[in-house]
Amino acid sequence: MPAEIYLNVAISGLLTGLVYGLMALGLSVIFGVVRVVNFAHGEMMTVAMYVAVVLFAQLGLDPLLMMLPIAALLFAVGYAMQMALINPFIARPEHSQFMLMVAVAIILVNGLLIVFGPDAQTVQTSYAFDSFAVGPVIVDATKLYAGLAAILVAAALFAFFQFAPLGKAIRACADNYTGALVVGLDVKRLYALSFGLGAACVGAAGAIIVLIVDVTPPLGPAYTLLAFIIVITGGLGSMPGALLGGILIGLTEAMAGLFFTPSAKSMFAFAILVLVLLFRPQGIMGKRLT
Amino acid sequence: MLTVENLEVSYGDVRAVDGVSLEVAEGAIVAIVGANGAGKTTLIRTIAGMLRPARGRITLRGADITGLPSHRVCNLGVGQVAEGRQVFPSLTVLENLEMGAMLPRARNDQARNLDRVFMLFPKLAERAGQAAGTLSGGEQQMLAIGRCLMGKPDLVMFDEPSLGLAPTIVQAMLQTIRDLNREGLTCVLVEQNVAVSLKLASRAYVLENGRVTLSGTGEELLADDRVRQAYLGM
Ligand SMILES: Nc1ncnc2c1ncn2[C@@H]1O[C@H](COP(=O)(O)OP(=O)(O)O)[C@@H](O)[C@H]1O
Ligand SMILES: [Mg+2]
Repeated sequence: MPAEIYLNVAISGLLTGLVYGLMALGLSVIFGVVRVVNFAHGEMMTVAMYVAVVLFAQLGLDPLLMMLPIAALLFAVGYAMQMALINPFIARPEHSQFMLMVAVAIILVNGLLIVFGPDAQTVQTSYAFDSFAVGPVIVDATKLYAGLAAILVAAALFAFFQFAPLGKAIRACADNYTGALVVGLDVKRLYALSFGLGAACVGAAGAIIVLIVDVTPPLGPAYTLLAFIIVITGGLGSMPGALLGGILIGLTEAMAGLFFTPSAKSMFAFAILVLVLLFRPQGIMGKRLT
Repeated sequence: MLTVENLEVSYGDVRAVDGVSLEVAEGAIVAIVGANGAGKTTLIRTIAGMLRPARGRITLRGADITGLPSHRVCNLGVGQVAEGRQVFPSLTVLENLEMGAMLPRARNDQARNLDRVFMLFPKLAERAGQAAGTLSGGEQQMLAIGRCLMGKPDLVMFDEPSLGLAPTIVQAMLQTIRDLNREGLTCVLVEQNVAVSLKLASRAYVLENGRVTLSGTGEELLADDRVRQAYLGM
């Protein structure tokens, strides 16, 4: 095989990985602040994907243009979910939170099956087959747009947490819960905001990834698992870690597809996870566990 | 200004506050004295809205605030310098102070309040960009007080502000509390240093096993034999 192929596949994997990273970023934000593990994460991603597919099929709206509206929709869903469903479970034992989130996940998958059936749905944009040639390297236009969009959303989120007063308040909640109560932060609302932001990441990632991937309802559980692999690989609670983990897993999957067969890609993603757990249990960018 | 009537608070089966009544007059320093585990922190956290009482009433300027969530209580002007300081260790000093000013009542005065806090504690201005977790204990206590003042409180409950600080810093801390009180701040003071806190206080309560066993002016309690034996080692 000519050397350019490796580079082409690597770039393609990296760009897909950025979208994975954005999805995982949402999981990381939710866990880092609310300390609830969102076992319905991938299912929420597929909901966003179906919304994008329907908007494209019915109204011809481009998923990239719909990225922000879909993110806003998922934000609202996440905010409402935290307020109505999860806040009452915050003080309960972890297994009962687990059951709640798994129930939500199962309801979402089956709801999508009822509405859309089991067949794969796809989006064919006008630029689906465009590509850019950079020297000998050929980059898929859709993947390039997807990767750039993911970077944009992630950067906006980082800026929000760094500079916006509400973003700082969310960090404060994650940093010292008692301290947050002491200064009079409205912790329940900030939790809802955090879950909403995590869901918005998933919404944006879902809208973007329909450019690359066909959607079926069972994709939900697969994405939940993928998000976990990425977050644990990158380092639990680290936002840059989630992005980095996404890129790493995206690259790994792409390379596995090239050297072996595309169906072997999950095997290699898990192999990375096992290696990380063996040699750096806190994840690539995670703080050392004490 | 603040009235507590027959307050009862439990952690599961453990009754930590067992029928406490007390009153804090506007502009006063009220000391609460008691051994470890007497229920002082529980009392303060319940007034602050962080814990729900099983029974009893808390009123602020005549209005019932029992069971209000902490963010509402704070926004009514009840601030807290909490036990263990409770700063945000990975946020910078400036960000910590900003968090004190997130209350609707204080949001618009943030710049002015920040100037005031930096005047009061110039050390905090020097360290503004530093993570709060890297400060010394005394500096963290300044930050906890400064952060509380950013919320423009009318009443501040200090829970063991001198715990773990060097004696000279303790003196400065108590002087700061006295100065703030002179400027009109109503204070509730829980202090290990019983002699000093009784001297500062216009009114004081002795708490034992969740009950008020003695109350009076600071001077009365300083002269009381039981207090002298139990808390002053005389
Ligand atoms: N989170 C908690 N869970 C269970 N018991 C607690 C908790 N916090 C305090 N207690 C108990 O309540 C009682 C009063 O504690 P506290 O209010 O901290 O006293 P103080 O501040 O006077 O030392 C103690 O017996 C303590 O063990
Ligand atoms: Mg205490």
